[in-house]
Amino acid sequence: MNGRVLRGHAGIGPKVTGTALVAQDNFSARYDLDLTEGRFSRPDHALFGESYVGRVLVLNAAKGGVATAWMLRAMSESGLAPLALLLNFANPIMAQGAAFAGLPLIDRFETDITAALRTGDQVALDPAAGTVTVVPGS
Amino acid sequence: MVALTDDEKAMLAGARGEPRRLAMEHLVQVAGFFDAEDLVEVSQVHIMADSEALGEAGVAFLERLAAAPDAERKVVVPTITDPRGTDFKAYERLRQDRSFVELERRMITAFEALGVLMTDTCINYQTIMPPVLGEHLAFGDTGSVIYANSVLGARSNFEGGPSALAAALTGRAARYGLHLDAHRRGTCRFRLETRPKALNDWGAAGALVGRAMSSYWEVPVIEGVEGAPTSDELKHFGAALASFGSTPMFHMVGVTPEASDLPGLFDGSPPPATPIGQTEIAALHAAYVPSDDRLDVVVFAAPQLSLMELRALAGLLDGRRVHAETTLIAATSPELKSAADRMGLTARMESSGAILLEGVCFYQMHAREIGQANGWQRLMSNSAKLVNIIGGYGYEPVLASMARCVDSAVAGRVLP
Repeated sequence: MNGRVLRGHAGIGPKVTGTALVAQDNFSARYDLDLTEGRFSRPDHALFGESYVGRVLVLNAAKGGVATAWMLRAMSESGLAPLALLLNFANPIMAQGAAFAGLPLIDRFETDITAALRTGDQVALDPAAGTVTVVPGS
Repeated sequence: MVALTDDEKAMLAGARGEPRRLAMEHLVQVAGFFDAEDLVEVSQVHIMADSEALGEAGVAFLERLAAAPDAERKVVVPTITDPRGTDFKAYERLRQDRSFVELERRMITAFEALGVLMTDTCINYQTIMPPVLGEHLAFGDTGSVIYANSVLGARSNFEGGPSALAAALTGRAARYGLHLDAHRRGTCRFRLETRPKALNDWGAAGALVGRAMSSYWEVPVIEGVEGAPTSDELKHFGAALASFGSTPMFHMVGVTPEASDLPGLFDGSPPPATPIGQTEIAALHAAYVPSDDRLDVVVFAAPQLSLMELRALAGLLDGRRVHAETTLIAATSPELKSAADRMGLTARMESSGAILLEGVCFYQMHAREIGQANGWQRLMSNSAKLVNIIGGYGYEPVLASMARCVDSAVAGRVLP
């Protein structure tokens, strides 16, 4: 299984490698996160209570309002940001926010990305190519 | 690769200054992500401008743009703003931290240096300049986008602050999504089997549709609405749909301008309709039923109130007194606040102890911090959008009609 490559649409941001935090839930920075503590704060979110800092967040679809477009950069500069975002479906706000923040984002995978990865997997992202490689041994 | 005109290439090369170069670079990046073939000229821009969302990082970015020479930094199309995070006339009453006020003052100074008009409203389609059929826009609030696309037939994607600003500085947006006919076609179908009564019922109906949306690219078609709803009813329906679904457009057969008949909305035969009746609307409300009757704060906002909603609220509060242990807050635009002052509505509301805020919206004003500062947890509202958002900020929301919210505020407890 490891070493496999998952292909999505060409994304945004630099190459990174990190640890996945996976759920089949959706994502909005304003609706779901406590930005001062760096954790999921929406009570009915599957990742409620989890820290997202430095993780490769793997979730289903971008949801919520427009605030995320400003917020991702503020999160990056405060040091309380995810390392990258992998979604089945981004929306304009998530793409704009990732571009503004320089945060890696890939979406529209050939397979359901929330089923293809598990929390704890080490993944290497190449946004320009739209690929995610599961690092062997992880 | 997105095709650019000579003018756009000049901006990208920096010939019109650094702010427009950064803006064009951002647009090209977003255009690439969504496979846009070119850019489209927009006629007005609406920017999210609450300092909680911008943070220090966003404000510092604006200040960098604002430091450019005048000719390089001024917006090229009319540009207005969404609600801010602090009402400078009321922040002490609400125990908002002074640091928020300072950040917001810096933000306003920078926006004004760019030539942005600080309208501070999310109901710009009711109060500033309603878009028209076919007009291309860059709007920056999900509620204003869904209303402009659906009710008015204009064309905008959700434009977050950075992209709206890029549109303002270049007069362009990336041509993808709702700018294209192909993304305005119906993808799923719902039938309203009851006519929602109060605004919270319209919001609940919108929430039910929104909750069923799998991504931004779905366009729900709603049938079964006999006779035109009011602008406020569609405002609450759309705002909730956009909030629960992150959805930028709906069609309402026989009501919205691109939905004269059902079959014409779909490629191929229409899919089966999901019914929405009184049972479903009641169940949506039941998801926000509290464990006891404690009540801390009642909020009317999200979207900001129209003049008609302010009139209704003043009527419900006449001759009554908000309970000493409960706070009642309403938020509207600066223009309508002036109107409410002039027409005596503000005095009627405030003599009951209610607080009427201008230019802000509750969830955009550091809701977590003001909740902690004031001991607010149990929140009651007639806005389905607000109850959807505010749980993440540590509140326990209750959804009810404006009348029941006011009765509860007066009683000081959540009334059934």
